[in-house]
Amino acid sequence: MLSDSHQNSKFTAETASTLVNELRATFVSGETMSYKWRVSQLKQLYKIVEHHEQEIVDALLSDIGKPPLETVAYEIAMLKNSCKTAIKELKHWMTPEKVQTSLTTFPASAEIVSEPLGVVLVISAWNYPFLLSLDPVIGAIAAGNAVVLKPSEIAPATSALLAKLLGEYMDNSSIRVVEGAVDETSALLQQKWDKIFYTGNGRVARIVMAAAAKHLTPVVLELGGKSPVVVDSNSNINLQVTTRRIIAGKWGCNNGQACISPDYIITTKDYAPKLVDALKTELESFYGKNPLESKDLSRIVNSNHFARLTKLLDDDKVSSKIVHGGEKDETKLRISPTLLLDVPRDSLIMSEEIFGPLLPIVTVDKIEESFDVINSGPKPLAAYIFTNNKNLKEQFVKTISAGGLVINDTTIHLAVHTLPFGGVGDSGVGAYHGKFSFDAFSHKKAVLYRSFFGDASIRYPPYTKTKFRLMKALMTGSIIGIIRAIFGKS
Amino acid sequence: MNNNIGMEVEETVRELSQYFKTGKTKSVAWRKNQLQAVLDLVHENEDAISEALYQDLGKHPVEAYRDEIGGVEKSAQNSLISVEKWMAPKKSSMPLLFFPSKGELLPEPLGVVLIFSSWNFPIVLALDPIIGAISAGNVVLIKPSEQAPACSSFLANTLPRYLDTNAVKVVEGGGDVCEKLLQHKFDKIFFTGSPRVARIVMTSAAKNLTPVTLELGGKCPAIFDYLSNPSDFKMAVKRIVGAKWGICSGQACIGIDYVLVEEKHSSELIELLKKFVRRLYGDNMIESKVLSRIVNKQHFQRLCNLLKDPLVAASIVHGGSVDEANLFIEPTILLDPPLDAEIMTEEIFGPFLPVITVNKIQESIEFINSKPKPLAIYAFTKDKTFKRKIVSETSSGSVTFNDTLVQFLCDTLPFGGVGQSGIGRYHGKYSFDTFSHEKAVMHRYLCLEIEPRYPPWSKFKLEFIRLAYRFNYFGLALHMLGLKKQN
Repeated sequence: MLSDSHQNSKFTAETASTLVNELRATFVSGETMSYKWRVSQLKQLYKIVEHHEQEIVDALLSDIGKPPLETVAYEIAMLKNSCKTAIKELKHWMTPEKVQTSLTTFPASAEIVSEPLGVVLVISAWNYPFLLSLDPVIGAIAAGNAVVLKPSEIAPATSALLAKLLGEYMDNSSIRVVEGAVDETSALLQQKWDKIFYTGNGRVARIVMAAAAKHLTPVVLELGGKSPVVVDSNSNINLQVTTRRIIAGKWGCNNGQACISPDYIITTKDYAPKLVDALKTELESFYGKNPLESKDLSRIVNSNHFARLTKLLDDDKVSSKIVHGGEKDETKLRISPTLLLDVPRDSLIMSEEIFGPLLPIVTVDKIEESFDVINSGPKPLAAYIFTNNKNLKEQFVKTISAGGLVINDTTIHLAVHTLPFGGVGDSGVGAYHGKFSFDAFSHKKAVLYRSFFGDASIRYPPYTKTKFRLMKALMTGSIIGIIRAIFGKS
Repeated sequence: MNNNIGMEVEETVRELSQYFKTGKTKSVAWRKNQLQAVLDLVHENEDAISEALYQDLGKHPVEAYRDEIGGVEKSAQNSLISVEKWMAPKKSSMPLLFFPSKGELLPEPLGVVLIFSSWNFPIVLALDPIIGAISAGNVVLIKPSEQAPACSSFLANTLPRYLDTNAVKVVEGGGDVCEKLLQHKFDKIFFTGSPRVARIVMTSAAKNLTPVTLELGGKCPAIFDYLSNPSDFKMAVKRIVGAKWGICSGQACIGIDYVLVEEKHSSELIELLKKFVRRLYGDNMIESKVLSRIVNKQHFQRLCNLLKDPLVAASIVHGGSVDEANLFIEPTILLDPPLDAEIMTEEIFGPFLPVITVNKIQESIEFINSKPKPLAIYAFTKDKTFKRKIVSETSSGSVTFNDTLVQFLCDTLPFGGVGQSGIGRYHGKYSFDTFSHEKAVMHRYLCLEIEPRYPPWSKFKLEFIRLAYRFNYFGLALHMLGLKKQN
C-alpha cells in the first residue's frame, strides 16, 4: 500500500479518522508490541538511511540548500546512531524494572512495566526535516506504538521522499506518513491520539497542546528560544577554538536555522572587538571572501523567512550595528554570516528567536551580568559558556535554566544519547533521545504482586486502639513501634 | 468582588515568583526545613485534621489516619531522608569522540507551581503534591477543593503557621477562583480531579505552554478469578470489601468500581461479599460511624440517580437504602446491571459495587479493554499465565495482584494514570521528578580540537565524520593516517 500522500482526494477530518481507526485496529491486535516487530521496523528504518543517502542529500539540497556534509553528519549519521542504539538497547529498555517494596506493603514484589501508549502523531519541522521526522519515529517504534508522521510542508522534497520511503520500507498497517500543511494538520489534530510529539515553534505548539487537551492527550513539545553564548574574557580562553566552535554551532548548523544554534553572544565591552576580529578571521577561513557563493552554507529556507530576517536587519536601531557581513541575495535566498555589535536589548532582533545567519553581540561591563541578561528573557533550549574560570562555570550551571547547558562548546550535546534533549518553560515540554525517546513514548505501569498471606487485621473495621497504634507504626515503617503496638505498649 | 479576587491572585502569583527568584527555595537546608515543617504540621494537628475530615466526609479517625495523615507522614519522612540524594546530579557517560568531556543531569526546580487538590482525600491529595513541589525546590500556590470546606479552611489557616509563607500560599474558593488562577502563567500545574475539569486546566495551560500533571480516575475493575482455597477466597473478598467501602465509601479514584467474575461463581462471591459487609461495617452503619458519608447533596443526588433506572434497581442484590438527611448510602451490591446503564458507563465514585459476570474469566480482559484506560486494575488470581496476560494485554495506571489500594502506599512505584485516567505520575522520587526539570549539562575543554568538524567541507572530513559517528575508532585512526580506502 502506498502512503496517503499519493491519494488525490483531499485529506479531511474523516480521512484522518479512518486512518487513525486503521492504525488503532493494528495496535489493538498487539502486533506492534512484540520485540520482533519493533526490531524489524527499526532495521527497516536503518535501511532507509543506509540505502538512500544520495536521495536524502539531494532532497535537503533542494529544500534548504543544505551542504551534503551537514546532511550526512547531522541527519543521516545521527539517525543511524539512534537506530543502532535503539536496536542494541531495546531488550534492556523493555525489561520491567524491579523495585523494592516497603514494610507497609510486605510481603509483595513490584515492578514497573513499560508499555506502548497506542497510536501516536509526530509533527516535524523543516530545518532538519529528516532527522526531526525520523528520530521521534524511532522512539515511537522502539516503544511499540503505531505512528503517523506529518513532515513539514516547508521542506517539500524531503516530505515527499519520507512519504515514499516509509511507504516502501515500513509496515504500513502501523506506520504512515501524511503530507500536507495547515488543513491536513488541523484534520489530524481533531483526532484522538495517545501522544503528540511536535517539533516547531511556540505559536503552533499552543494550538497543538490545546487540541491535545480535548482528548487528554499527553504532548512532547520541542521548541526553541534565544540560546545565548557567554564568552568570558578574563580566563585566558583559547579564542581561536572558541570562535570556531561558535561558528560550527551557528553557521555550520543549517546556517543558524537550528533550534539549538547560538542566537546571540554576551561578552564584556573591552573584549568584544577582539572577539569580533577572531570571528571575522575564522569565518573567512571557513566560507571564503564571498560567503554568498559558499557551498558550505545552507540557504534561507523560503522567501517568507528571508523577509523576516531582512526585517530584523532593517530595524533602524540595528542596521547601523552591523560589523561584518550583511550582504543579501534575494533571488538565491542567501544572507551572508552577519555580526552585529552592541544591538539595543529592546530591538526586534533581541526579542525574537533569530533562526538565521545573524549573530548579535551584547556587551556587559562585567561577565557576571550576563546571567541577568539571560534570566530576564524566557528560558532557552540551550545555553553555552566559554570560560576556564571554575567559579563562573559553577555559577552558570546553578543560575541558568535551559533545556541543556554546554560548557566550552556549542550544540554537541544533541549528539549524546545519554543526555535528555528537550526544553523547559518556553523552550518546550518533555525530552527525548536514546532511552529518553523510548520513555517519551511509553507508559510506566506500576505492577504490584501480593500473596494472600499475612494480612493485618488493622486494615479493617471495627477499628480499635491497638489497631490504630499498630497501623501508625506500620505506615511509618518503625519496627520498634510495631513491636510495641503488638505488645500493647505505646 | 470578582475583580478583587483577580487582583489578589495576581498579587500572590507575583510575590511567589519574586521569592522564587531569590533562590532561597533551592537550598537543601530550606527544603529539609520545610519537609520537617510538614511533618510537624501533621503530628501536631492530628486531631484537628481528623475533625475536619469528619465534618467534610464523616471519615472515621482510623480511616483518616490510614488514608490521609499516615500517608502524608510517610511521604514527608521519605522525602526528608532522600531529598539530598535526589538533588545530586547524575553522571552520564560520554562518547570517546568528545573526549575530554563529561556530562551530567542536574535536576532543577521549575518555579511557581499551581496545585488543585480534590475533596475526597482533601489532606493527602493536597499535602502529598506539596511535599513533591517543596522537595524539588519550587514555590507553591495551592487551591484546595471547596467541596471539603473544613479541610480547605484548615489548610488555609494551618499551612502558614508551619511553612515558609513566602513560598507556600493557599487560595480558597470555587470555580471563579479557578478561572482567575488559570489566567496566570505557572511553571507547572498539578491537578487532581475529574476529566471534565482536567480538559479545562490543560487547555488553559496550553496558552502558556505550561506542563501539566493530571491525576484522574476511571472505572477501576477487580478481576475475581476462582480461588480454590477457601481461605484465599475469603481473604480476597475481605480485601475487596475493605477497599470498596472502607476507603471514603467508594469515593476514591483508585477504589474498585466493579467486579468481574465467572457466572458460576457469582452467587458464592455475592454471599461472601454480603457476609463481610456485615462483619466489617455492622448492622447499624449510620450509628457506628465507621463508613464515610457522601460528600454533598449534589453527589448524593447523582448517586441516587444511578439507581433510578428500573433495570439497575432490579439488579440490586444487597443494600440500596439511602438516607438523605445524613447523606448516607448503604453499601450496595448489584448483579449484572445493564452494561449501557450509566452505572456501567460512568465512574461510580460511591458505595455501589456492580458484579459483572462473564463465561470465562479470561474474557474480562476484553471487557476492560472496551472501556477507557482505568487508573488501576485489581486481579485476584493464582494463575501465572493469566497474570502475565493481564499485565501485557490491558493498559492502566497500575495493576495490583491479590490486593487492593496498597500500590498507593508503595513509594517506589509511580502513581498516575494513562489515557483517560491521567497524565504524569508522582509519589516518592517520582514526585520530585514531576516538579523538576532535568537539565542536561555537558562540560568540554578548550584544549583538544578535531579539525574535520569545521568547513570548508571536503571528502576527507566527510569520511572522518562518518567513522566518528559509528564510533569506529580503529577506522578513524587508519583514516587519519591516510591508510583507509575511500569508498
